[in-house]
Amino acid sequence: MASSEVARQLQNDNCRPLSLSGHVGFDSLPDQLVNKSVNQGFCFNILCIGETGIGKSTLIDTLFNTSFDDRVSTHFQPNVRLRAQTYELQESNVRLKLTIVNTVGFGDQINKEDSYQPIVDYIDAQFEAYLQEELKIKRSLYNYHDTRIHVCLYFISPTGHSLKTLDLLTMKNLDSKVNIIPVIAKADTISKTELQKFKIKLMSELVSNGVQIYQFPTDDETISKINATMNGHLPFAVVGSMEEMKIGNKMVKARQYPWGIVQVENENHCDFVKLREMLICTNMEDLREQTHARHYELYRRCKLEEMGFRDTGPENKPVSLQETYEAKRHEFFGELQRKEEEMRQMFVQRVKEKEAILKEAERELQAKFEHLKRLHQEERMKLEEKRKLLEDDMIAFNKRKAATELLQAQAFASTPSVSLKKDKDRKKDPGFRLELLCFDVRDHEIVNVQEQSEREKLERDRISHREFQK
Amino acid sequence: MEGQPVQPAPEETPRNTNPANVGLELFGYVGIEAVLDQMRIKTMKTGFEFNLMVVGQSGLGKSTMVNTLFKSKVSRKPTGPGYEEHIPKTVQLQSVTHIIEEKGVKMKLTVTDTPGFGDQINNENCWDPIIKYINEQYEKYLREEILISRKRKIPDTRVHSCVYFVPPTGHWLRPLDLEFMRRLSKIVNVVPVIAKADTLTLEERAEFKQRIQKDLKAHGISVYPQEDFDDNPDDRILNDKIRDKIPFAVVGADKEHQVNGKRVLGRKTKWGIIEVENPAHCEFPLLRDLLIRSHLQDLKDITHNVHYESYRVQRLNESNRLALSPVNGLLGKDEVESDL
Repeated sequence: MASSEVARQLQNDNCRPLSLSGHVGFDSLPDQLVNKSVNQGFCFNILCIGETGIGKSTLIDTLFNTSFDDRVSTHFQPNVRLRAQTYELQESNVRLKLTIVNTVGFGDQINKEDSYQPIVDYIDAQFEAYLQEELKIKRSLYNYHDTRIHVCLYFISPTGHSLKTLDLLTMKNLDSKVNIIPVIAKADTISKTELQKFKIKLMSELVSNGVQIYQFPTDDETISKINATMNGHLPFAVVGSMEEMKIGNKMVKARQYPWGIVQVENENHCDFVKLREMLICTNMEDLREQTHARHYELYRRCKLEEMGFRDTGPENKPVSLQETYEAKRHEFFGELQRKEEEMRQMFVQRVKEKEAILKEAERELQAKFEHLKRLHQEERMKLEEKRKLLEDDMIAFNKRKAATELLQAQAFASTPSVSLKKDKDRKKDPGFRLELLCFDVRDHEIVNVQEQSEREKLERDRISHREFQK
Repeated sequence: MEGQPVQPAPEETPRNTNPANVGLELFGYVGIEAVLDQMRIKTMKTGFEFNLMVVGQSGLGKSTMVNTLFKSKVSRKPTGPGYEEHIPKTVQLQSVTHIIEEKGVKMKLTVTDTPGFGDQINNENCWDPIIKYINEQYEKYLREEILISRKRKIPDTRVHSCVYFVPPTGHWLRPLDLEFMRRLSKIVNVVPVIAKADTLTLEERAEFKQRIQKDLKAHGISVYPQEDFDDNPDDRILNDKIRDKIPFAVVGADKEHQVNGKRVLGRKTKWGIIEVENPAHCEFPLLRDLLIRSHLQDLKDITHNVHYESYRVQRLNESNRLALSPVNGLLGKDEVESDL
């Protein structure tokens, strides 16, 4: 008997059982506890894994008798994603916060090697969130919204032959993290005899591959018998439908085919009622407890051991978490200091290098500057020389000019007619000259022309020099 | 079945960061309420634990009271005449543990007695051993909780409730009472009771209660049920009624007498029989209902969620500060926040 077990357990702690002589009243304790829980509300999280279009959403709708989400997902997802939605359901005075997590795109890719990884990561992330909350200094566990997955419904395609490799791989990776309940989806495509063979094949495959699926608990005598029989019916072959049809004189949920009607809640047609009873009516609390006591504890242990915390030291002496933490902290701090030193060294080195480079650049710049200066000097000197030459030229020209003028003056003194002409000719106006030439063209043509040409040459030279000097 | 209007829920990324709570209507029977039965079965299987501490001067009737509460010889103190009680020099703590069962519900009851409290001439710091004991229980639980591979059910030895016996002087609370209650109401649920209330008449009792309530309020002592922890208006109304009557005036008795043809627990004196379970005579039924029938789970919850958590916070901060003194506040974000 369960109660005698408890008595033995408690007795081992050195306490005596006592008999009461009257009614004390603590038999209301379970009621007190239940009332408190009802006030707080319950949390239940279901994860549905299965290929696209296998009927996950429909089954959940049928299980909880509501339409949760209407969206149909496409087959063209590049990788597997998880979609979680939370709903608040209420039945009589029980409030249930139900979270349904669906896999989107499972089994649709060409390369399915990593299909199970996002799922494992998601489950681990929920455990991690709970662990972080539990390890916080100021925590509030009693009103924490528990998102850890309590049960995983794995939908198997009704091929009638055996498990697919993808299914086997995924289940093997998940069986230590979550309670797995495999279900055969769309069971109305398999005949009765095929179904039997399929179920036996599936179970033997699971057992031979070492996949641990969730077994309904048989230790409590009130539900052990029914759980034991249900364990024999695993995996459940289910059909989901929200459409109602009139059968006899009631409305039942059913699927209508040209050859007949499959009733969802008829035990002869499919195992839906069994699934609902096992999942919700009988074992919901046990699923939650298993998740917390087994899977979560395992995760916690692994995670903490990974971080280096241990319960017993190297000589098997109990090591408190604090000592380990101290050691780790010192290690961490030492590491930090070392890294700081390294960085500082690197920084100093970089600074030195940069300085050297800059100095180099400065020097180059200086050299260039000098070079340019020199060039400039040379140019200037060249120009100075040129100027000197030109000035000399000018002086020479001036001398020549003076000499020719003297010559001209002498020439004018010898020929008076020429001087007359010269007076008139001194006027530079070409028009005037031309008129004069028309009068005396026969007599003095040759002499005038000669003097004119010489004078013009001198003028030209003078002008050019003047321009140059400008 | 009730429901709430349907609302669409948004799509989520792999991380369930902001769940949209949607109230939905159920069209038919699903069976969610069966979870209550499941819970009941589970708790009956695992059994309950309750740890009570009684504090008061010797001779106030603590052991008799505990026996009356649990209707059995929980505390085996011989109470007949000719017995010389040996008053210890310092406050000692004695715990006895029993398993009691009623209608299939098993409870592991631990009663801690404190002989020597308030009995010396110099009573300074007589509450220290008690505070140390309570903190030790918290420490034990904390250590179990932090283990890497911890037990499925951590044995709970934390004191869930401390019943403090006030001597029936009829005047005010004594400085010892005030000091003790002030210190202890911060770490444990304190339920003050007026002991040996059959020495007070009804009017004296009412006046005494008023004065005690005023005293407690003036010194900022919050005894169980604490006002801050009322969850909802219903609780508040219920607890207000209780708070009006605190402290309960109780009489303890473990002998049965015949009254009007019935056998009742009571004290027989020359001037009459005081029936312990008669609400007109004393308030014992109220105390029993509070402690056992209606608020036992609440006592345990407040101990676990409030007192234990505040002890934990204080303890972790303490070790944090000790550890941090050479290092000065270095804590990597990727490293776990707690220590110990």
